[in-house]
Amino acid sequence: MATEILSGKVHVNTTINGESTDFLAEPRESLLEVLRETLGLTGAKEGCNDGNCGACNVIMDGRLVNSCCVLAVEASGADVTTIEGIAGPSGLHPLQEKFLEHAALQCGVCTPGFLVSAKAMLDENPNPTEDEVRWWLAGNLCRCTGYDKIVRAVLDAAASMRGEG
Amino acid sequence: MHAISYAAPTTVADAVSILAEHGANARMLAGGTDLIVQVREKLRDTTVFVDAKHIPDLMQLSVNADGSATLGAAVACHQIYGDDAFSAQYPALVDACQIIGSTGIQGRASVGGNLCNSGPAGDTIPPLIVHGAVANIAGANGGRTVAVEDFCTGPSQNVLGDGELLVSLTLPKPAAGSGSHYLRFIPRNEMDIAEVGAGAAVTLDGDTIAAARISIGAVAPTPLFVAEAGEALIGQTAGEAAYEIAANIARDAATPINDMRGTIAHRKHLSFVLTQRALRGAVARARGMEVGHGH
Repeated sequence: MATEILSGKVHVNTTINGESTDFLAEPRESLLEVLRETLGLTGAKEGCNDGNCGACNVIMDGRLVNSCCVLAVEASGADVTTIEGIAGPSGLHPLQEKFLEHAALQCGVCTPGFLVSAKAMLDENPNPTEDEVRWWLAGNLCRCTGYDKIVRAVLDAAASMRGEG
Repeated sequence: MHAISYAAPTTVADAVSILAEHGANARMLAGGTDLIVQVREKLRDTTVFVDAKHIPDLMQLSVNADGSATLGAAVACHQIYGDDAFSAQYPALVDACQIIGSTGIQGRASVGGNLCNSGPAGDTIPPLIVHGAVANIAGANGGRTVAVEDFCTGPSQNVLGDGELLVSLTLPKPAAGSGSHYLRFIPRNEMDIAEVGAGAAVTLDGDTIAAARISIGAVAPTPLFVAEAGEALIGQTAGEAAYEIAANIARDAATPINDMRGTIAHRKHLSFVLTQRALRGAVARARGMEVGHGH
């Protein structure tokens, strides 16, 4: 059977932050556009829209991705975690708490991307070195903090999640 | 982005028929980290995206019974450095996969996509060349194979015709006593495009170099296979004197341009220095020593 070529509005079923989610998207729409404009999940930010800044980062099927560089139709059947899904029912995620404690943000536009990226790292590596944190977060740009406070917050959150400190 | 249509075939034959029907308007979509941005920024007028990631042949990653390896065209960088058996045989390619873009980019971007994008500075292409990789191409008139060093024909240009797609890469089994390394120079620490990149693969017989392949990137319209640099090493004792001979040949082979990332003079100099360093790393790995992957 020949493959159907889809155009116009396409029905997509995906899982977002643990909930089965249906939406309609044109093939030209990015996952970021659908998250923000169709689903109202405006935590992911559009910074560069070309994969450089990391402000739109989400976790898709366990991998950190730039949602501006994923078509929404490509997310069919995928499991997506956005910044809105990071906090638990009982309160903020330790990363979020430590970002506040360390004042690891100023304007805040990059913050959702940093938090999602850092969570993806700690899911894979609960005990990263400072060097590993800096390399993992190299794809997240921040023009305010100079990064040191962010790195310290991530290391402190990791320690706290390991039950240290 | 202008309106596009999208297809997710599950067989190579179906993908070929879509590509054949739509000609140059259709393009395979692997990780999308180049293609989606290029279409959004009107650098390409693609109107049909053909998703590569539902075709098993394009998602295959395996070390085969004969010791060679098959790398599907749409396999993402993170899968490569996450595969211990594959990584052990092809460390230069692992070096490249770990320094391309960011963690987020490596979660999607594929080696096959990097090759088909055919940028002169594509980081995975010199490693594929030194590993002796061969591109397996499918098309309406049947399949063919092309050595990776012959795949790119100019900036953003390659041997693929309308209706053809890259299915996979075959990497030969490295001989015993082999090692490889790729590194690049960029003006910052990370998240940049190579000013120059260099890859080397060597096979040692004791302290003597029995075989070597060298490739440099971002110094010509396509990544360069500098066959003479590798041939000059055969029979030499592994060491600085030999590396300097090869590095001089690589520098002479480079025909770079001046652009925002560097000057002709600096790129010629880097071709020499990075070839030396790639050889040092490749020989160290051939001797079983640890060499960091890029960072």
